[in-house]
Amino acid sequence: MVEFEFTAEQRALREVARDVCTRWSPEAEVRRLMGTPEGFDRTVWRRLGADVGLLGLAVPEEHGGAGAGLVELALLAEETGRTLLGGPLLGTVALAVPALLAAGDDAVAAELLPGVLDGSTVLALAATDDRGTWAPAQPSVTTDGGTLTGGQAHVLDGAAADALLVLAAGEQGPALHLVDGGAPGLTREVQSGLDLTRRQARLRFDGVAARPVGSAGAAADAVATARRTAAVVLAAAAVGSAQRLLDSAVEHARTRLQFGRPIGSFQAIKHRCADMLVDVEHARSAAYHAAWAADEGTDDPALAADLATVVTTEAHLRVARGTVQVHGGTGFTWEHPTHLHYKRAVSDAALLGGRAAAAARLADAVLEPA
Amino acid sequence: MTTTAPTSHRELVAETARRVVAEHPPASTPRDEFLGACFDAGLAWVHFPHGSGGLGVEAGLQDLADSVLQGAGGPVPFAINPIGYGMAAPTVVEHARPEVAAELLRPLATCEELWCQLFSEPGAGSDLAGLATRAVLDGDTWVVEGQKVWTSLAHRARRALLLARTDPDVPKHRGLTYFVLDMTDPGVEVRPLRQMTGAAEFNEVHLDGARIPDSHRLGEVGQGWRVAMTTLMNERRAIGGGSSRRGSGSIGTALRLWRERPDLRTPTLRDRLTQLFAAADAARLTGERQRVESGDRPVGPEGSIPKLVGAELNQAVYDFCMDLLGVEATLYGSYDPPDGVDDATDETAGAGDVQRAFLRSRANTIEGGTSEVLRNILGERLLGLPGEPRTDTNRPWREVPRG
Repeated sequence: MVEFEFTAEQRALREVARDVCTRWSPEAEVRRLMGTPEGFDRTVWRRLGADVGLLGLAVPEEHGGAGAGLVELALLAEETGRTLLGGPLLGTVALAVPALLAAGDDAVAAELLPGVLDGSTVLALAATDDRGTWAPAQPSVTTDGGTLTGGQAHVLDGAAADALLVLAAGEQGPALHLVDGGAPGLTREVQSGLDLTRRQARLRFDGVAARPVGSAGAAADAVATARRTAAVVLAAAAVGSAQRLLDSAVEHARTRLQFGRPIGSFQAIKHRCADMLVDVEHARSAAYHAAWAADEGTDDPALAADLATVVTTEAHLRVARGTVQVHGGTGFTWEHPTHLHYKRAVSDAALLGGRAAAAARLADAVLEPA
Repeated sequence: MTTTAPTSHRELVAETARRVVAEHPPASTPRDEFLGACFDAGLAWVHFPHGSGGLGVEAGLQDLADSVLQGAGGPVPFAINPIGYGMAAPTVVEHARPEVAAELLRPLATCEELWCQLFSEPGAGSDLAGLATRAVLDGDTWVVEGQKVWTSLAHRARRALLLARTDPDVPKHRGLTYFVLDMTDPGVEVRPLRQMTGAAEFNEVHLDGARIPDSHRLGEVGQGWRVAMTTLMNERRAIGGGSSRRGSGSIGTALRLWRERPDLRTPTLRDRLTQLFAAADAARLTGERQRVESGDRPVGPEGSIPKLVGAELNQAVYDFCMDLLGVEATLYGSYDPPDGVDDATDETAGAGDVQRAFLRSRANTIEGGTSEVLRNILGERLLGLPGEPRTDTNRPWREVPRG
């Protein structure tokens, strides 16, 4: 398979994803959901899963999924990013499911995946510590074998989750544990977010009953695989959001008149838009390269994912800043949608360990290779 | 849209290339003979028609042909005759009369005739269509008067692509005509133009009664601008196309320097190099993606992205290299190249020549379309933004102020 060459199936998938995201996530709906506790519409999420079959794209067929890959998931993510579609794409599809699959616990997978794939179960991966550090060497949740104690923060989609995969330290080292969302002793608090289109939660475990998932030795790799997968999904979502921002800036520059002419005819504006175009193109290349690297081994998947994080976060931020600027005062208002994408860009750059950590890993891999 | 060449075309190209290599072993075949065999076999530009150095297959298959030919030790003709291979050939094959194309293409392909491009003038840089060099028809011969500048390889070229004004009384784009000029004509004088690196990579070309047979006109009289667009889009691709290998080009120089000189490393420089690597690799991947997406379609305005990015990245990378070198960067090998003429570019400069490459990179954002013009192209032709209000497009060229 040639990198960057989409198959007919992949192009059809993009059309379907674009269509449902456009229909189910108009701006008014995005704004309505921003004010709800869960931040998404469970009916829409179930339709995405059960009716359209988009939640199991990257899940192997033997687990009930479509058996496609990260390229397909990236196509979906790009459209959800374009429309800011509410839902636990990141927490469930991009993080928890890859972690569950990588943990290699077929019994738990068989139990959970049907509900996850049809959109009725929201599953979250809780692999941070109480300060939100991603995959800490010393988890802040501990287990005595049967129950969990401790706290975690910045758990993506953690409050809405019907079940949680929790990284906790036990006698055999860090291991994944399955916790029911309504388990006694578990308290969950939505953390008030800068980006109102995503939800993060603070979790408190007070002797919460938990079931080990997979072996302790597999947990670290499973979490790393999940983080890498989610980083690619996040990068693809950033591409969609950045493209939407650029389209809006260009449309405004074409139609807004000052000094008797469209402001886009001034080179100060035009050249900024040209730079934003380059950013979007570079982001798209880096994000899809990472997806192809994961699916087809066209590159070291870890290096490609970190490259995608570095490139797309920077590009998304620059495009978002530029879009605010091109819109002038309007771009600073609550009423205009630019700030929703701008806050997405700011927030995404810090998730999953953040872009600085990705840049540091990239530097280690490239500058002084062993 | 199909972007992949049919397997039969791939096989044809690969098989033809293997046959040429087998019949004309590069090690024992003179260069012009080997390149002539490539031309005759249709491997010079695989997308050109049969008989014109091509096989009539997808342009994307050129890489396959080159990898077989050059992998067997064959020469890299683009490096010898870059303007000929990159710009002249596509223009000639598209716009010259068939018998003229037949006369010109083979010696171009064998590199017996090097080519240069006579476009820019002291008074016409970004505003190329405003150029003043005049061509006047005398019987069936054009007589040319004027001055060109920034002409690489003019001192060694046998032929030139020439854009000249044939009608000053119509708006500027409509009064231009495109020619192929014989550089050995007595009316042509070439003077080296020394640049800030000390080398004289470029020339001034003075045209004083140079004569061109009308048969060497490309396209119709007054259609020169349209023909020139073929050349310029190929130029941007030739300059900006870059390599598809990770860590090649200027970023490769920086990475090598970083590895060789641990004594110079600092944390802030390390951060900068990381960002530069990420930008360079994103640019490389974008070039790859454009190649896949464009398939066999001709290069469009998106070809300006790699040129714009590559030029600015080169400068940023050499800025980094100079900072890394610290006080060593204040030294310079020599501003006097051995023979006063130096064709070295930043691509051919070695690691010891960082300072020269650094100075040379200043030209990257000017040559082959300034970054300002390229941003206009992206803004207007890809994004659909309106142009600047113009004062020159509808007036006769003669009446437009110049200076």
